[in-house]
Amino acid sequence: MLLIALVVSAGSHGHADNSARVYDLIAVVVVGVAGVVHWLVTKWALDGVTLRIESGLLRRDARQLPVARIQAVDVVRPFLARMFGLAELRIRLAGSSAANGRLAYLSDPVATDLRARLLAVHHGVDPATPEPAHQAVAKVPTGRLIGSVLLSGGIVFIPLVIAVVVLVQVSSTAAVVVGSVFLTYGIGFVQDVWHRISTQYGFTVAEAPDGIHISRGLLGTVAETIPIHRVQAVRLVEPLFWRLFRWCRLEVDVAGAVGREAGGGRSATSTKALLPVGSPEVARRLIATVIPYPQPQLSRPPPSARLKAPLSFHFLEAGHNDVLATAVTGRVRRTTTWVPLVKAQSLRRIEGPLQRRFGLATVHLDAAGKRVRAEFRDRSLEQADSLMVELASLSRSARQEEQRSRNLPSPGVAWDRPATSPTGAVAGGTAPAGWYGDPGGRHDVRYWDGVHWTAHIRDQGVAGTDSC
Amino acid sequence: MRAAPNVAVMADSSIEAPWLSPSSRLWKMRCLEAATVGSLVALVAGAATGQKGAIPGLLSAAVALGITGLALWFLRRRFRSWSYQERDEDLVVRRGVAFRRLSVVPYGRMQIVDVTAGPVERLFKLSTIKLHTAAAASDARIPGLEPVEAARLREQLASLGETKAAGL
Repeated sequence: MLLIALVVSAGSHGHADNSARVYDLIAVVVVGVAGVVHWLVTKWALDGVTLRIESGLLRRDARQLPVARIQAVDVVRPFLARMFGLAELRIRLAGSSAANGRLAYLSDPVATDLRARLLAVHHGVDPATPEPAHQAVAKVPTGRLIGSVLLSGGIVFIPLVIAVVVLVQVSSTAAVVVGSVFLTYGIGFVQDVWHRISTQYGFTVAEAPDGIHISRGLLGTVAETIPIHRVQAVRLVEPLFWRLFRWCRLEVDVAGAVGREAGGGRSATSTKALLPVGSPEVARRLIATVIPYPQPQLSRPPPSARLKAPLSFHFLEAGHNDVLATAVTGRVRRTTTWVPLVKAQSLRRIEGPLQRRFGLATVHLDAAGKRVRAEFRDRSLEQADSLMVELASLSRSARQEEQRSRNLPSPGVAWDRPATSPTGAVAGGTAPAGWYGDPGGRHDVRYWDGVHWTAHIRDQGVAGTDSC
Repeated sequence: MRAAPNVAVMADSSIEAPWLSPSSRLWKMRCLEAATVGSLVALVAGAATGQKGAIPGLLSAAVALGITGLALWFLRRRFRSWSYQERDEDLVVRRGVAFRRLSVVPYGRMQIVDVTAGPVERLFKLSTIKLHTAAAASDARIPGLEPVEAARLREQLASLGETKAAGL
């Protein structure tokens, strides 16, 4: 920490006068000491089934993170921490995002080891089991990344540059005006380009048993896992200029928090790039992993839609089967959206004045998020009506099916097995049936049937029932 | 003009659920709003152009009132387009004149049921109910509900949302 202080003060204030240097040094030392204190008072321990994190000097904050509810463990290395071989663990739990845990900073090997142990305990195997190997799917080459970023925004610069060059020869005042606009825009553009390249540099996608594993970053690096069952929708975007190179971008919308569990708050979803730029083949393979459903047969809107949407008619396509809805829209930015019917939030049918003239209507299947939907654009009225009925009933039965499978015990899947067992050991299902101490702590003892906790409890010898 | 194209299709999946519409006081409220704004505009326009003579002043006031009349005709149609239906598994809301919209929100997907009443709505003892899901786009909103109906609908939706809740 002292080293940082010295480095920062020496590096940034080589030409400053002495008093300013003293103040800056004090500021740096204060920040450094605060960091050291925070680091000193942060303690963590992994005892079997919970990870305890205690932090804070004045306001103590003690968190118990049940390993069974862990969704993902992300390893984040900001630039400075990375220089010193440190890493931060972000532990995401099922349920509210407010309950997530953050452990900063651990030395690199400790962080990696703790991540492997957490995941092993979560999956109910021996904590010493190393993390299963990721199966790498794709790595984005740096040249392609830079090219794609420039192509998506940089194209507008070519006419601007020409305009400036022409104007300089015609009139100098106009050149100054246009040049200053150009400069303001250019600074914003460079910032945006830098942000996109530095965050997506070295983007590597891999398939792991617990989801899609992504690592990326130029200065600071992020290694994150996207759990597949949290994916709400997938989008394949092919902008106009990217199509020349057969490039595409794959985005997923991931549920952040389940609102009901977070005390009635609304759910947050975030959009993440699964592949910032890549070939359709790699994208198709990732889609098959994220959405393990058969692809529906796509159909085109009726010919009358050609008059209503002369430009985008070329690409308009949509279709659905029992489990999945797919829709293609857009002329300049061709966008294909997949929404699993289980994840459908609502269904809308819109009939605009122009559409009514041509006997058309659009059906939206909304998924969680801001503008996440599969759009059956410009279908005939009869088709729109039947879509409304079909999609409503199909998504209802998909939801019911999921609920049923969630309530059923699933002994074959290590994922769903309770991580706690009566003996306190990690692997579930090993202890014989009998009365054991209530894991919830509400009652004296609770009956364990050998596989699951039952609703039968006993308090001071009096039997009763209370679901766990 | 095709009248309510989707009623027949929607009806056969649940025959018993009737289509309900907002209270007729909503129409009175819209009338008051339009009349207030319209007469104010007519007054201002009339006063401004009235300095050049009586005839242009009266003329501009008449134009403003005519536009108000047109707005009232449109508002009448819009008021009549609102209707909602509580089916076994989802709530259906229909609205719109130029853009006809039909929203289907499953009870299991509801996250929040908002009941709001603005100052004018309170004057007419009305309230608006709004359903929120995790999708920002699903806009099931029903305005102009009588207090009794709003309370009943809120309770009904809350309890149905509880029993049919589905995770993300």
